[in-house]
Amino acid sequence: MQAVIESRRPPWTVLAVGGDLDVAAAPALRQAVMAAVSSGETRLILDLTGVGFIDSFGIGAVVGSLKRVRQRGGELALVCPEPRVRRVFELCDLDRVLTLHRGLDDIGDSPEPGP
Amino acid sequence: MSNTQPAAGAPSGRVVIEIPARTEFVSFVRAVLTGAAQIEPGMEPERLEDLRIAVSEATTNAVEAHLNAGRDQRIRVEENLAEGEVVVVVHDSGPGFDLEDLTELPPPESPERLLHESGLGIPLMRMLADESEIRSDAGGTDVRLVVYSSKRRK
Repeated sequence: MQAVIESRRPPWTVLAVGGDLDVAAAPALRQAVMAAVSSGETRLILDLTGVGFIDSFGIGAVVGSLKRVRQRGGELALVCPEPRVRRVFELCDLDRVLTLHRGLDDIGDSPEPGP
Repeated sequence: MSNTQPAAGAPSGRVVIEIPARTEFVSFVRAVLTGAAQIEPGMEPERLEDLRIAVSEATTNAVEAHLNAGRDQRIRVEENLAEGEVVVVVHDSGPGFDLEDLTELPPPESPERLLHESGLGIPLMRMLADESEIRSDAGGTDVRLVVYSSKRRK
């Protein structure tokens, strides 16, 4: 996985991830999300635009990040335009409980709907 | 093994690699196996993606089996390119597991129950491969996957 790049898009903080999101990359993703939450960033966008491959371990890291952020009263929005990556979320039925935005511009200022 | 040997003149190939039980090597296995499968003419792009994910799941499980058990043996991955299908066998020397212990994902009664962090790998592997077989005993685990070159027949 390429480095997680952090940028601001008020009221959101954007974490952009690239490369293959698999078992080797999962720990860095979890750590980056938790570091952002710990430093007070409670509204996070996880931008998976640069991800070309994801498997169940990558999915697990995304779902785990989402749960931890929610446990701390924050929210996490997903940007995922790549059809190959969207398909894996869909195969796991996660498109029913997560919104997979196609671009950063699809995310407004209002809270993300979620279960 | 005669059933995986193609007839004379048919496109064929066999690739065998061994990797250390390190998570960083899983991407290498994906690259080698999908790269070799592309040599087989007629492998549809979507099937190549199915193969890439199924191989990743099987190889990661093997690596984790070794890491969790503290085994330093290597993991063996074999790929046979036959006419119309790719056959992959991932062999680990982990402690094995009882197949009945594989947890079934609960039915999606509530949205929150769908948010699993683990346990998705084997269901996903079975969804994407046309045939999958897991054999496990105290000597290790063999996962055999078959992905057809063109549209899934099941």
